[in-house]
Amino acid sequence: MMIKIALPKGRLLGETSALFERANWELSGYQEKIRFYRFECGRFPGLSAKVFHEKDIPIQVAVGNYDLGICGLDWAEELLVKYPASDLVKVKDLGYGARALYMAGSRRGGVATIEEVKEKPDTVRIVSEYPNLATAFAAGIRLKRFCVFPLWGAAEVYPPESADLVLVPGDKGVVSLDGLMVMDKILDSTAVLIANKTSWETKDMKEVLASIYGSLVDGQGQPGPVAVVVTETGEQYCPPQVDGDIVRLALADGHQQEPTRQLLEKAGITVNDYPSSSQNRRPVVGLDGVAIKVIRPQDMPSQVANGNFDLAITGRDWLKNHLYQFPQSPVEELLDLKYGAVRIVAVVSNDLAIDDAEGLRHLSAGRTEPIRVASEYVNIADKYARDNHLGHYRVVPTWGATEAFLPEDADLLIENTETGQTIARHNLKIIDTLFRSTACLIGGKDTAFSAVKNRRLGSIVETLRRAVEVS
Amino acid sequence: MRVQKCKGTRDLSPADMTKFRWVEAVFRDHSLKWGYEEVRTPTLEYLHLFTATGTLTPSMLGRVYSFLDWDGWSGERVVLRPDVTIPIARLYIDGMSDRELARLFYVANTFIFEETGKKNRERWQCGAELIGAGSATADVELIALATEALRGLGIKKVDLKLSHAGLIKVLLKSFGLSAEEQTRIFDQILDGDEAALARLKPAEPELAGVLPALLKRREKAADYLKEVRAKFNRHLVELGPSLDEVIDIVELLESQGYSYILDITSGTGFEYYTGVIFQFFAGGEKIGGGGRYDDLVSLLGGGDIPASGFALYIDRLMGRVAMGTLAGSGAKRVSVKASPGVMKAAFTVAGLLREAGYVAEIDLGRPAPERRGWTLSVRDKAPRFILTGPVKQQKFEADTADEVIALLGKKG
Repeated sequence: MMIKIALPKGRLLGETSALFERANWELSGYQEKIRFYRFECGRFPGLSAKVFHEKDIPIQVAVGNYDLGICGLDWAEELLVKYPASDLVKVKDLGYGARALYMAGSRRGGVATIEEVKEKPDTVRIVSEYPNLATAFAAGIRLKRFCVFPLWGAAEVYPPESADLVLVPGDKGVVSLDGLMVMDKILDSTAVLIANKTSWETKDMKEVLASIYGSLVDGQGQPGPVAVVVTETGEQYCPPQVDGDIVRLALADGHQQEPTRQLLEKAGITVNDYPSSSQNRRPVVGLDGVAIKVIRPQDMPSQVANGNFDLAITGRDWLKNHLYQFPQSPVEELLDLKYGAVRIVAVVSNDLAIDDAEGLRHLSAGRTEPIRVASEYVNIADKYARDNHLGHYRVVPTWGATEAFLPEDADLLIENTETGQTIARHNLKIIDTLFRSTACLIGGKDTAFSAVKNRRLGSIVETLRRAVEVS
Repeated sequence: MRVQKCKGTRDLSPADMTKFRWVEAVFRDHSLKWGYEEVRTPTLEYLHLFTATGTLTPSMLGRVYSFLDWDGWSGERVVLRPDVTIPIARLYIDGMSDRELARLFYVANTFIFEETGKKNRERWQCGAELIGAGSATADVELIALATEALRGLGIKKVDLKLSHAGLIKVLLKSFGLSAEEQTRIFDQILDGDEAALARLKPAEPELAGVLPALLKRREKAADYLKEVRAKFNRHLVELGPSLDEVIDIVELLESQGYSYILDITSGTGFEYYTGVIFQFFAGGEKIGGGGRYDDLVSLLGGGDIPASGFALYIDRLMGRVAMGTLAGSGAKRVSVKASPGVMKAAFTVAGLLREAGYVAEIDLGRPAPERRGWTLSVRDKAPRFILTGPVKQQKFEADTADEVIALLGKKG
């Protein structure tokens, strides 16, 4: 019998890989720095494994693409809290990867408890990578008026200026979140084995399950109570004075940090501790009247639009993804920074006899199932499918490792690529280029600031413009 | 590829729409006669209208269709309205709060996210809101209006079930539960868990003795409730006002010959209910419900204005309306047949027939749905019209439209 299992990359990979090594599954290649996403299992020839971002796994198992999956309980609950009738069974607590989800505020936010948050007269802003759990929490405690901003990451750096509450994972035992104060624990999480409900009821998976259970290390499977100890790490940061003239600049984490630092240096702007080896997300800048936070580039356009930041350095891809969803959004590209060039491309499996968008249309017209378009760029993917009249299609949002989706779990990817090598390595081909993207400086449109702030904003843009011109 | 309708939705066929409009027409007719005025609120509302404490239970909020608006970068979410009473309270505050009394009615759809797609996600209801009165008489007026409208629809056997949100809250408090627990169990009751109250053990021994009897379903409960009130006045003073309200309502109902079942545990409804909760059943199916919501207007930023209201579920009523009682079905149907050369004359005579109160359909050469009616053939020579009857295919000849109408009047 064929059994398909979805395995996590990222933080659970090491211990999951060790578990299968003990179980003699012979999943060769499922280890740190994986190059491929598909594995055959030496011990169970009918079993095949594929690797996904942890957050995608409950969805993939619930829709029936996989019989089994391993992910953090937090991601399973994030799905189930909104879609309780999902075809998902939580089979076994695997014990490792323990952490907890905390609702926290800033020590400097002026509110210390949930009750105080509830008394706030204005809208309570909540940021999280777990928008469904955050929404359920807010509804559950009867917040009168709230907004939940889904984030790609770095949620802990938002309070107090850019958010009132943050729902974040913290390590078991110690929540070492700079300047944050835990108000409530939402959930204890460990790695769990999950199953598709129909597979669970119809497939004989006894042997496979027995080999997993038999290989759990003693003590795993029963996580102890999680003690909440809040410690502060990193440098003490001084909250910016409540000063409307401060320019709030967002810089990206991830692989764009080095070229960004080089450009800033060329412009004569020194930023202390960026990129940071200690995950410091509030580096100090050598410019008067400017405060910096380091956040995910994906989140920047909406954070500039909603007024949390005045300027941000992100990619044009993410700006477009935002503007395709909100065409009237008051955010615009101020300056092309020219580095970090990628192409946004449409990708299919090499096995498909399709070479262009026309071929996709024929594929769509000739079958009854919808075309599945997997992408991190949900709105770019949606627009591409719409503009090319793909008929009945579905956009499958992903959180990375999108190449793994083809050909079984998606028909088309909208992806970025620098050289095309990763795409080729996964036996995929590019059939269309949507646009080219480089790093860019974005800012708000038509916002009325004081003369002081306008001068500061103008001077930063000008300084960067000159630096780009000389490079 | 066959395009299917979205799961959890339904199409209304011509036959369904006839029933739908009938329900609507009868409801409008009764509401207007009772002095209610029709309003309509938008399908889209801000989410935060419904998140305020005491409006929808978290379980209902979890099933609201909500999405980011086109300017959703601000985080502002809009919803497809999950409920009509709250928007009407908003409308009242927005534009009618100078009125001390507002009698309003509506016909509207509501939306609820239902994952399996087996139940309707779009639901139609007709309802009335009585804002500003806050008395037993006002509550009974609404019950009477609803019952009359149901009777007008030919639904004779309606079971009325009563409960009281205030009474439930006082009882929950008497169990010595934390405020959080009280809210949680209250929400369970509102979400339809009728066993929730019976599972609890009262802290007060006096109450423990009477509680099972109080929670028992009863008809003609006025006298019993007076006894209870006498007893509890000593021990649980807080129960008094709620009990008084229920007594006033059931006495008024009894005096007007309404039968009802008092069942405190059956509090299915909305979190905004503060007083009496009433539900209508036909053949065991819930076909409507309502209640008193004295805090809603002030929660939404309006004045301290009492109110109550109810809604009848059109989708469920449609299955219970007998076709024979439908308005419009009495109108005679004439199918007008003509060759292309006399089509103008056919349109003219059809128009005259409609003016005279008939349903006149131009025959378009395709078989119409099976209907019994007259057929009128229009000719380019004498006799200009041949009328064929629905029974035994009798034929009558006529030369003018007036003659046709006279013939139909005589023979029909």
